[in-house]
Amino acid sequence: MDATNNDLLMVRGLRLHFQTRKGVVQAVDGVDFDLSRNQATVVIGESGCGKSSLAKAILRLLPRNINTYDGEVWLRNENIMELNDESFRRDIRWKKISMVPQAAMNALNPVMRIGDQVAEPAMVHLGLNKKDALAQALRMFEQVGVPADFLHRYAFELSGGMRQRAALAMSLVTLPDLVILDEPTSALDVLTQANIMNLMKRVKKELDTSFILITHDIATSSELADNVAVMYAGQIVEVSDARRFFREPLHPYSQKLMASVPRLRETVEPDFITGQPPSLLNPPTGCRFADRCPARFDRCDEEPPTVVRGDGRKVKCWLYV
Amino acid sequence: MSNSNGDTSPQAHAHSDEQPLLQIQDLHVWYELKRFGFGHAGYVRAVDGVNFDLQQGEAMACVGESGCGKSSLMKTILGLNRPTKGDVVFDNQKLTETFGEDLRLYRAKIGYVQQDPFGALPPFMSIQRILEEPLIINGMKDKNARVERIKKTLEEVKLTPVEEILPKFPHMLSGGQQQRVVIARAMVMEPKLLVADEPVSMLDASVRVEILRLLRNLQETHDLAVIYITHDLSTVRYFSEYIFVMYAGEVIEIAKMEDLLKDPKHPYTLALLEASSDPNADNALVMREVPRGEPPSLVNPPQGCRFNPRCPKVMPGLCDVKEPPNFLVAPGHRVACWLYDEASGAH
Repeated sequence: MDATNNDLLMVRGLRLHFQTRKGVVQAVDGVDFDLSRNQATVVIGESGCGKSSLAKAILRLLPRNINTYDGEVWLRNENIMELNDESFRRDIRWKKISMVPQAAMNALNPVMRIGDQVAEPAMVHLGLNKKDALAQALRMFEQVGVPADFLHRYAFELSGGMRQRAALAMSLVTLPDLVILDEPTSALDVLTQANIMNLMKRVKKELDTSFILITHDIATSSELADNVAVMYAGQIVEVSDARRFFREPLHPYSQKLMASVPRLRETVEPDFITGQPPSLLNPPTGCRFADRCPARFDRCDEEPPTVVRGDGRKVKCWLYV
Repeated sequence: MSNSNGDTSPQAHAHSDEQPLLQIQDLHVWYELKRFGFGHAGYVRAVDGVNFDLQQGEAMACVGESGCGKSSLMKTILGLNRPTKGDVVFDNQKLTETFGEDLRLYRAKIGYVQQDPFGALPPFMSIQRILEEPLIINGMKDKNARVERIKKTLEEVKLTPVEEILPKFPHMLSGGQQQRVVIARAMVMEPKLLVADEPVSMLDASVRVEILRLLRNLQETHDLAVIYITHDLSTVRYFSEYIFVMYAGEVIEIAKMEDLLKDPKHPYTLALLEASSDPNADNALVMREVPRGEPPSLVNPPQGCRFNPRCPKVMPGLCDVKEPPNFLVAPGHRVACWLYDEASGAH
């Protein structure tokens, strides 16, 4: 990828470590990636690999037990890691970057009308009055396919799919540049899932929004992905454009992960990855995947560098040095 | 082969001389809705006229979205719900005629694998205690025999070394290991039938296949009958011989697995297949065809075919008036859709 393309988000050396009684958990450990305007990057990885922590680190939604939180996050030409908490809250969160957290559809306020909830970020962050904010909410409802009269309903009156749409409308109501979606479809039925993915494709086209989609569902992720970042044990081990990634993943972990997806239309027998991911309390010093890797050799005891290949794909593995 | 409710079993041809292990006969499970705690306010028709047979040693997948009645069907098979109408015949025993102590024995012959392993395991019990519980309840008094049985089961589900696992508590295990404990608990009574309710949907992609293969191995080595409930069509092909699709409390299509995946008939089955994706970058370029609307209320299901308000091929005047019967479209392949009624000339 050339530099002119990377004009929305650039993450460099981002680290987020938590302090626990047992020691330091290295949830996000030196993550680099770029995101262009109107693009979707999918972050895939197993549970506990730090992908949700990555989202929280970008949006600075942190718990109290922080041990380390550093690195650079450039949004357009501004390093937002340097902002103080107040200006981050006022100028970045919701306005520039919004998020649909995991299980957002179950986190809607049960005693507030859906319309008021969806309109609230527009009132708080854009300073709109209630009437304009509701009008904006209505526009977003139309965008995500929620009937207009749902503005006056409560969360319990909506089905799961409709609530997820409302959560998505809320994240879009301030017209941010970037929306981070954490497992947006994992609790939904197949048809609803397909509907929501259709919707995001349309939103991406019509509102010129960028997405970071965090998921463990590789098949669904391919519905939206322009780029794929594979995360393993707190680190990104491969970044690639979707077309080449889904055809031919580079990192042994990506290859194993792709091979473990059951196919509906092909007759390949799926495989599984033996062993378990390492503990983030005390990750191995060399390559973190080495213990489960079929291609392991002696150099893997040292930490592999991130290799940038001629075609722009990046892979953190000694095989490609 | 024949049963009083019509020929609804696709596998009947292969096993014409055997009595099926499990027969679901015109099963209805309705839940009564009460107004103010006592006034009758209608029924939720969770399962509405389901028929199928399952032979010893066969795996059958049940596919449907949430709220289609698949959990109610399963709970009835497990003996947790009473049938409102119709019957479940398991191992020559009619559920409607089974009560008290007999019902306990009935339940002991069916293993149940829950969806969420962490929620299904009591957090304050050791693995040994969790696996001992069903044996104690079912009157296995000899402690040594119990421990022997538990060890054998744990080895079968490949949770080794057994000695290290036994004293552990559920939170000390990974998701895949927890699910193995759940499977071990279902297997410890050496059941004839295993009901697995979305056994891999909460697990990571990398271990899903491992668990599915384990279930498949258990099925083959123990000649188990398995009902595999899922909403994910892509895992079905690696697991089951037969598959049926449920919509709004009814079975709308039933066939051999390959037949259904290769040549789906019902518009709803087609929609489900269309909505399931394989990892492929081309997916991002196309919009998926998804039927509009949502599954109907089971209190007041639509007249006629229950899929008719969402169906792209609806035939007004027929589909919204008359409920479609099962049409046989190929040997062992039945579909409840008017499109396949040759007499009506619609197809």
